[in-house]
Amino acid sequence: MRFQGTETYVTTDDLSVSVNAAITLERPLLIKGEPGTGKTVLAAEIAKALGKNLIDWTIKSTTKAQHGLYEYDAVARLRDGQLGDERVKDVANYIRPGKLWEAFTADETPILLIDEIDKADIEFPNDLLQELDRMEFYVHETHQTVRAERRPIVIITSNNEKELPDAFLRRCFFHYIKFPDAETMAQIVEVHFPSIKQRLVAEAMRVFFELRDVPGLKKKPSTSELLDWLKLLMADDISPDALRSQEAGTVIPPLYGALLKSEQDVHLLERLAFLHRRERG
Amino acid sequence: MFTGLFLELKEAGVPVSLREYLDLLAATQAGVADQSVDDFYYLARTALVKDERHLDRFDRVFAHVFRGLEKPEGEETTAEIPEEWLKKLAELNLSDEEKEAIEAMGGWEKLMETLKQRMEEQEKRHQGGSKWIGTAGTSPFGAYGYNPEGVRIGQDGNRNFSAVKVWDKREFKDLDGEVEINTRNIKVALRRLRRFAREGAATELDIDDTINSTAKNAGWLDLKMVAERHNAVKLLLMLDIGGSMDWHIRACEELFSAARSEFKHLEAWYFHNCLYENVWRENIRRHRQTTPTWEVLHTYPSDYKLVLVGDASMSPYEIAVPGGSVEHFNEESGETWLRRVLQVYPKAVWLNPVPQERWRYTGSIGMVHEIMDGRMYPLTLEGLDDAMRELS
Repeated sequence: MRFQGTETYVTTDDLSVSVNAAITLERPLLIKGEPGTGKTVLAAEIAKALGKNLIDWTIKSTTKAQHGLYEYDAVARLRDGQLGDERVKDVANYIRPGKLWEAFTADETPILLIDEIDKADIEFPNDLLQELDRMEFYVHETHQTVRAERRPIVIITSNNEKELPDAFLRRCFFHYIKFPDAETMAQIVEVHFPSIKQRLVAEAMRVFFELRDVPGLKKKPSTSELLDWLKLLMADDISPDALRSQEAGTVIPPLYGALLKSEQDVHLLERLAFLHRRERG
Repeated sequence: MFTGLFLELKEAGVPVSLREYLDLLAATQAGVADQSVDDFYYLARTALVKDERHLDRFDRVFAHVFRGLEKPEGEETTAEIPEEWLKKLAELNLSDEEKEAIEAMGGWEKLMETLKQRMEEQEKRHQGGSKWIGTAGTSPFGAYGYNPEGVRIGQDGNRNFSAVKVWDKREFKDLDGEVEINTRNIKVALRRLRRFAREGAATELDIDDTINSTAKNAGWLDLKMVAERHNAVKLLLMLDIGGSMDWHIRACEELFSAARSEFKHLEAWYFHNCLYENVWRENIRRHRQTTPTWEVLHTYPSDYKLVLVGDASMSPYEIAVPGGSVEHFNEESGETWLRRVLQVYPKAVWLNPVPQERWRYTGSIGMVHEIMDGRMYPLTLEGLDDAMRELS
């Protein structure tokens, strides 16, 4: 089992080494990086490349570690008890397996994606230490131990909103996805839009990288935004010359809504454009 | 096998543990790296480094171990400083007289050219003297010097204590709360400030109430829900940054980091030396994005508890006199501003990282102590404990 990227996902050498190390040693892989550099997509692509099932556990601020293991629906049981339902006699009827349980008991090694682990409470990673380390947990209500026959490949993403505990980090492999350089970016575009006009891409990339260099932007446009923007440019059939005529950073690029996501950034760019025009005029 | 790498990483301050090292060995044995140097580098990085802030340090250690290059982070850190950068720095900070003094020496171009030349000529560490680059000399190049034509190289922060005009622009470090070293004790002390309150959507089953109302309901189930408990204390944290605070940066980072994880409502602002009409949120952008202190006072209601952190070590003018600030012209004195915030936030303390027994040697500490009505505490665990007791 080796991961070398897929037709729709360009990986760098360091990323594939990390993924392969995690697969070989059966350790979780922690992925960090700028937003929009393909952290979440990675798990789906690994699943596709290796022909595995993807189990996606997206973390929210209210998510507890217990949710991933199982939940005991006491309220449903109480109600059933009152209605005299037969099911009430077996507590197992009210145990809802979570994503980890699902991953542990899958027939074939699955890929488990724990997405945005930093969104949860600060104790969350600590609560999962043993479960991810030994790949087993105990269900108190039914006195049963759920153990993984085949250890799932665990991919964890984080946006750095919270610091992760050291004990947790020690158990993971870590990879930081850098923002792709112009060359890798060209490959990524090629993978997503094979038939796109070369000149349009060249011009669009120039505008894009110049836009990223504008100082003071609140949110720099990232890979996923570039791909969206190219999609729009192609749909609107914008000619490369229309892009060329712009001095990027001084004039707002067409369909900028796909690249700039905050009003302040658009204002900033407009102000820069205005200053530039005045200087020239 | 790679013990050298492991030990040097530890020495360079990359937090590596035995477990990670064994992982690396296991992965190497399993053939993940395929005997290629690049792959091994990637593998070692993914196994040993768990934080992007340490990537650079890892790279330097790796280079040193496997290529025998120069050792990183020695006593004297040499770094390539782009000329543009130095130039900009100086243009921003030099007064007109100082610029003239530089002109006298032949202007910036000349100064930089000479610097480059000497950098090439110089091979060893140098201190004192008046020609070579080094520390504490009167040469225009190097740190800790007092030559107005000087360029500061490779010096850690600020050296002067009670500067009336600070000479060079300090590259302040942002206390971004990302340091999680030894903050546990601080967190425990901060716990005194916890005031749990149930707010927001009812998501938890209230067992007592459910049993009660079910019994009253003649045994028919009557569910009662409550909201989860959250720490409802609101904290306004104001941190002095830069200048003489450079020594205490570690203690402040720890405090900030602990506070950030402990309080849901934590608002942090920075100031320099004394509180004036502007504060800022991000130190990197402090010269572009400041917020009027008035606005802060209007934004956060008086049920916020105020914690000021600073060494209060400055020249007395900075507190007492309008226009006394080292960085700008303040129309109202620092004292006026301090008393103003204290009026808005009756629950307030000042935490001082300077050891308590040294407080009496610096006049300005006494002044602030008096303005705070004695509510100044040392930034130690006991001091923090006392301060939290005062606040709660």
